[in-house]
Amino acid sequence: MFELLGIPPQALFGQLLLGLINGSFYALLSLGLAVIFGLLNIINFSHGAQYMMGAFVAWMGLTYLGIPYWGALVVVPLVVGATGVVIERLMISRLYHLDHLYGLLLTFGLALIIQGLFRNGFGVSGLPYSIPPQLSGGTNLGFMFLPNYRGWVVVASLLVCFGTWFAIERTRLGAYLRAATENPTLVGAFGINVPRMITLTYGFGVALAAFAGVLAAPIYSVNPNMGADLIIVVFAVVVIGGMGSILGAILTGFGLGIVEGLTKVFYPEASSVAIFVIMAIVLLVKPAGLFGRTA
Amino acid sequence: MNFKTATLAGLAAMLMAGSAMAVDVKLGVLNDRSGIYADLSGEGSVVAARMAIEDFDAAAKGINVEVISADHQNKPDVASTIARQWYDQEGVDVIVDVPTSSAALAVSEITREKGKIFLNSGAASTDLTGAQCAPGTAHWTYDTYALANGTGRAMVESGYKNWYFLTADYAFGHSLEANTSKVVEETGGSVVGSVRHPFPGTDFSSFLLQAQASGADVIGLANAGGDTVNSIKQAAEFGITQAGQALAGLLIFITDVHALGLETAQGLVLTEAFYWDLNDDTREWSARFSEEMGGSKPTMVHAGVYSAVTHYLKGVEAADSKETEAVMDWMKSNPSQDQVFGEGSLREDGRHLHDMYLFQVKSPAESTGDWDYYKLLSTIPAEVAFMPLEDGGCALVE
Repeated sequence: MFELLGIPPQALFGQLLLGLINGSFYALLSLGLAVIFGLLNIINFSHGAQYMMGAFVAWMGLTYLGIPYWGALVVVPLVVGATGVVIERLMISRLYHLDHLYGLLLTFGLALIIQGLFRNGFGVSGLPYSIPPQLSGGTNLGFMFLPNYRGWVVVASLLVCFGTWFAIERTRLGAYLRAATENPTLVGAFGINVPRMITLTYGFGVALAAFAGVLAAPIYSVNPNMGADLIIVVFAVVVIGGMGSILGAILTGFGLGIVEGLTKVFYPEASSVAIFVIMAIVLLVKPAGLFGRTA
Repeated sequence: MNFKTATLAGLAAMLMAGSAMAVDVKLGVLNDRSGIYADLSGEGSVVAARMAIEDFDAAAKGINVEVISADHQNKPDVASTIARQWYDQEGVDVIVDVPTSSAALAVSEITREKGKIFLNSGAASTDLTGAQCAPGTAHWTYDTYALANGTGRAMVESGYKNWYFLTADYAFGHSLEANTSKVVEETGGSVVGSVRHPFPGTDFSSFLLQAQASGADVIGLANAGGDTVNSIKQAAEFGITQAGQALAGLLIFITDVHALGLETAQGLVLTEAFYWDLNDDTREWSARFSEEMGGSKPTMVHAGVYSAVTHYLKGVEAADSKETEAVMDWMKSNPSQDQVFGEGSLREDGRHLHDMYLFQVKSPAESTGDWDYYKLLSTIPAEVAFMPLEDGGCALVE
């Protein structure tokens, strides 16, 4: 069997698959961010905290209310999405007439507050959340042992990502939304309630983050810092993909997951830096991002 | 001098002699209060320091101790800035705790520069009392040599001969991997490979896969805190332990076991300097600690802070000053005695010697309740637990 730079192909395929799995988290989160920024022009820095809230609410649902994993997948995004709606109505909507950066400051501050509250309440060592029995165990693929749960993560992520892309790019509701962000006055004149659409879209973006949080709860430690570690990488993914592009965010998320996976094989110490190096290169060569449209 | 002046002078002298023992000490607890090491150090270390001051009854002995704390976020640059500011502007006399070996080494350097005292409890690198030893630095609780000697030796002697290391890519991880490799090779094992992961990490699946592919008997986890917890959880997920490879958690704290749960953590062999349920003294101390910390039991880092501050205050009392050389001389020439470590001593290179313990995590069936996690396998006496004085490479040792 051939060897690529000293790594046997089995090891390589295994790492690529793992990269794909990580990429699905990046894709889901960057999709939420891209929806919120691309359509609403809000830089949502509390996305990581909302992802973390998704995982925590899933844990709370299981511990206090006995809501199992499958129920949590539906209930938690609704609950956390509702908090997103509240935030948007009460706080973010007041900043639309100002520069983007105020929205960034507000959401960043919210993220710090949310993380701090959870840290005070739960400590940083993490809470246990077990993999649902239907998805436990794994399959031996020959070149690696794939835990069934991780396979499910890729499937769920692909479904939700492309479902969202389809809804925004190919349905009438999506068309209204895209029109509303381009020209809110004109669309409002047609009788469409633009502020409500914006609020619900923000809630939807937050719900996507919470969904990713529930997916992450069984395999990553449910702790208050889980979002902070991830959000920086996700922002880089959105920037590389192009800030306004939904499809760009999805494809870049998966792509960068794979690139990170490869870096872990060949030069593991650089694996947390690789994405930022790519971001720097992309910004130099194509500032609007790989799939972005220059305004 | 007439009679009146003489009497007044005599009275004044008597009054001054009564209040001669009035030393003001400012003590800074610097550790991780928000990141992956926050549970094993954090606020608990501040509580431990306060308990030491109260138990010693410092105020009644004329030593007024003010305790401040800060978060170094596991970053050496942040730790350096805070240490400098504390020494230069806030008049701090002694810094305590500082987990994260890179931060600890930085603070040790600054402490040497300013001629102050640094009582480290949380960090692991043997360099603190080795190549980078300093006259004012004391390394209290544990170090990578003690861990390697305990867990490493025990695992190889149980038959796990071939090792693959998953190492946190910073000073601590490198030190732990180096020390454990040495012990493994000395006892007849071999190191088949290693991989370094960024610190802190979240997803270890890729590295665990490489470890699995190496075919080693045991995967040595040269990381700590949240990193270790995630590595162990993900190893279980990928069927690594089921497939027959063992995991050696080279640095595990009781807070990690608490986070993992006994189901996942059972059977792990680990080396610690302290366990709350070891004897009546530790139980009593831990109960008091627990009350202030909302039910959580202390880790060995917290116990180390208590022990170090206690010994330091005795030194200040004996030397009747907080002057670095006087206090450090007393601390190094007198044995330490406290509720948490029992008897111990501070060596000339700054290494504190006390017994270390080899524990194994109980299975859920064996445990009677929350925090009842360890069973004692063996005690490693102080004389052999730590690196011999001549091997460290410390310039203070003649």
